[in-house]
Amino acid sequence: MASLRDIKKRIDSTKKTRKITSAMQLVSASKMNKAEQNAKGYVPYSEKMQEVVANIANSNPDVSHPMLEKRKVKKTGYLIITSDRGLVGAYNSHVLKLLQQTIQERHQSPDEYTVIVLGRKGYDYCRKRDIPITNSILGIADHPQFSDIKDLAKEAVQLYSDEEIDELNIIYNHYVSAISQKPTINKLLPIENLHEHNGTTADYEYEPNQEEILKVLLPLYAESLIFGALLDGKASEHAASMTAMRSATDNAGELIDDLTLTYNRARQAAITQQITEISGGAAALE
Amino acid sequence: MKTLTVSVVTPNGPVLEGEYEMLVAKAESGEIGILPNHIPLVSPLSIAAVRLKKDNGDKSLAVNGGVMEVNSNKVTILAQSAEKPEDIDVQRAREAKERAERRLKSKQDNVDHMRAELALQRAMNRLNVVSK
Repeated sequence: MASLRDIKKRIDSTKKTRKITSAMQLVSASKMNKAEQNAKGYVPYSEKMQEVVANIANSNPDVSHPMLEKRKVKKTGYLIITSDRGLVGAYNSHVLKLLQQTIQERHQSPDEYTVIVLGRKGYDYCRKRDIPITNSILGIADHPQFSDIKDLAKEAVQLYSDEEIDELNIIYNHYVSAISQKPTINKLLPIENLHEHNGTTADYEYEPNQEEILKVLLPLYAESLIFGALLDGKASEHAASMTAMRSATDNAGELIDDLTLTYNRARQAAITQQITEISGGAAALE
Repeated sequence: MKTLTVSVVTPNGPVLEGEYEMLVAKAESGEIGILPNHIPLVSPLSIAAVRLKKDNGDKSLAVNGGVMEVNSNKVTILAQSAEKPEDIDVQRAREAKERAERRLKSKQDNVDHMRAELALQRAMNRLNVVSK
């Protein structure tokens, strides 16, 4: 059995770890609240955007724009949203597993896909497995601003319009609630399902004309979807981190309880032994 | 009297919502004035001020591009950024302006040139709105 001192040491160090993890849990909880608010604050913009785009598409069923048209898919782009730090439970592995699965199902050779990465974990993963990376941003703030990812979003959309890629999918963790995040894959480009939106349709006057407007609007729309997914992903990240830290804190607590029990037993055993020795010694003297 | 319900929305949340009598924006083809009962309209905006008129005073907003939608007396402006005059960081805008001007002078390749020009437009727009 380990000595009393060894057990005491382990209890102390576990207590310190618990202190850290519980502090990290609190930090993540407050970050999650903020991130959730950010995601909510963004909803009006993305909804309005969708409404306007859908309005135009609905009132003119024959609108055409490269971003609305399906092409034969020769190369697929994947945009993955991961975190920069670890200690977020299964957050990253969910996204990366989904990426790996999708690639295995759909592609034979690495020429058929390329990946755009947000976050260091995803970047390292792809580098290690020789998955082609087109672009990446590392070290995104906890509460990203639109300007942080504007260039990347623009470039992703540009890749599509230059026909470098014929499809753009986005993989991220969708924030369902504080305890549940769902890895999701969404097709971003070409833009589909626009006609499903049931809004009031009106005959619009276009200034200067439809093509020009779609040229401005659709990239904005695609960029807004990317940013929306990032905000969603960030909220999930903090939620996942909070859950991971909470279970770490709980586990540390359990470990401390177990160790304390062992410590007390060992202490009692030592005392019993001492008493036996003393009374044994006294008996020998008589 | 009829009014327009104006809302300006950016990725970082709504910037302004309110009732106004008239709105003047700069579309890519020129200035457009919107009065109540305007027919439905969609138009991209250039980097410029959007002016809002109300009987008790006017208001300007620095809008950075985006798209304007008008439908049944509702005007929605979607832009990547938009600021009220009181929210504009004058110091920062001035610095951005100087930086962009320096870059334009040094004449690098086209992409940088275009970026600098856009940055200059944004900075000038912000300064203009503040000085009004």
